Amino acid sequence: MTTPVIAGRTGRRVWRTLWPPLLLAVALIAGWQLVGQFAIRDAQVLPTPWQVVSAGWQVRGDLWHNALPTLEETAAGFGLSFVLSWLIATAMDFSDAARRAVYPLLVASQTIPVVAIAPLFVVIFGFHLLPKVLLVALATFFPLTASLAEGFATADGDAMRLLRSMGASRWQSFAKVRVPGALPFFFTGLRVSITYAIGGAVFAEYAGAEDGLGIYMQQMQSVFRRDLVFATILVIALVSVLLFASTYLLERLVTPWRRFETRRGSAQDRT
Amino acid sequence: MNGGERAGDGQHRLEVRGLTHEFARADQAPLRVLEGLDFAVRPGEFTAIIGPSGSGKSTLFNLVAGLDRPTSGVIYVDGRAVTGHSEQVAYMPQKDLLFPWRTIEDNAALGLEVQGTAKKAARAAVRPLFPEFGLDGFERSYPAQLSGGMRQRAALLRTVAMQRSVLLLDEPFGALDSLTRTQMQLWLAQMWQRHSWTVLLVTHDIREAVFLADSVHVLTSRPGRLAARVVVDLPRPRTTQTFLQPEFARLEQQVLSALGTTSDVP
Repeated sequence: MTTPVIAGRTGRRVWRTLWPPLLLAVALIAGWQLVGQFAIRDAQVLPTPWQVVSAGWQVRGDLWHNALPTLEETAAGFGLSFVLSWLIATAMDFSDAARRAVYPLLVASQTIPVVAIAPLFVVIFGFHLLPKVLLVALATFFPLTASLAEGFATADGDAMRLLRSMGASRWQSFAKVRVPGALPFFFTGLRVSITYAIGGAVFAEYAGAEDGLGIYMQQMQSVFRRDLVFATILVIALVSVLLFASTYLLERLVTPWRRFETRRGSAQDRT
Repeated sequence: MNGGERAGDGQHRLEVRGLTHEFARADQAPLRVLEGLDFAVRPGEFTAIIGPSGSGKSTLFNLVAGLDRPTSGVIYVDGRAVTGHSEQVAYMPQKDLLFPWRTIEDNAALGLEVQGTAKKAARAAVRPLFPEFGLDGFERSYPAQLSGGMRQRAALLRTVAMQRSVLLLDEPFGALDSLTRTQMQLWLAQMWQRHSWTVLLVTHDIREAVFLADSVHVLTSRPGRLAARVVVDLPRPRTTQTFLQPEFARLEQQVLSALGTTSDVP
């Protein structure tokens, strides 16, 4: 009934969200172009945006072929991290002992420097998919698990009592109240962790891989094609932004009720 | 639902006998919130509980709903002692607690779903109730799209849909503005007239208690004891006219003075 109105409003809101970063990006790129073109004038030191884009376009086939394995690693690693986060957060919600046992280890896992552990993983698990998947999972599962566990814990005590008065089992209360109530938190965690995902994969490839954007970037670095290094970075950044934006789309599909909540209303529901 | 420990006089739907409840406290004597509470509710009777803050009204509800075990005393519903969570009592809390992620019909169907009815069947069971609750056409809306009064009616619908012997209403209209509250009281009086639910209502509002109930139990402040029982014999059905009757004012006064003599709150 009101779909066109909502769509129009959404369009306006998307535009309102997008124009400031777009404007800033254009300004920065223009500044970069000017500095590169008139001040530095050496593509080996700083290629201009135009040089980056045109060089990248010439090797688009290579970029594409190297992007595929990186995306595959990202997807597999993120999938693993997604499954792990739900399993661990659920266990933590059901058992206080599990929470106390697991949480410190989770935090500790975050302090492992990926730089140090990436080569180790390659030595242990080989050059193929597995070490990369594990590194992506390591880089992303903490924000997911933590946000999910927090989300479960915010369930309203009165709501849990209502469910109990209806005769609900622990599991029913979990599935019907704690899980849906945790979803907004989960999406916040998802947005944080998804920005780590591709970076994690690229870094894992640095430590040793046959193909992928990380290894491609390293090769271009060693042959002094700085323009192509930048082109690769550009591709990584674009994919990250796309993934990030897709979380909003997913959130809209999974939590359709949230568009009816005013900001204040949803804040009240959470307290 | 039959069997179990039977007791009581067999005429009452809900019986509260010698109910005392204490909360354990660290390094202090236990806090006694209810003391020797004794009352009974006949089938189809509307009973109100009124008392100052801290008179243990919410505790009483938790006990009747089986969410807590009393320190001593017994509660019978349909002659069966309430132990653990009760399958006989439907509880409507102060906050409407409609879940924002469920549509109104799914919220209304929650109790049935939890009891094992399939989702589709549960929806089908609650849908016929919507017109009577003034929610026709809002089956697929989300709670955030409804006004406060509509949300309370939806919460009551959810409570009634469970088809349990006793409805426990815990200050159901406390959060509404005064005009909406009056409308809801009139509506609830009408609905009760039609369905003869057995209702135990907790409220702070003397007017609400007298207007809706057949009898009003007045509790003292902590520990909550029964200070007075005021029988409200105003004619039914009760309407806006009821508020204007001298008898209404007299009963209000009676409840107020029962409260006044017991309250230590200035």
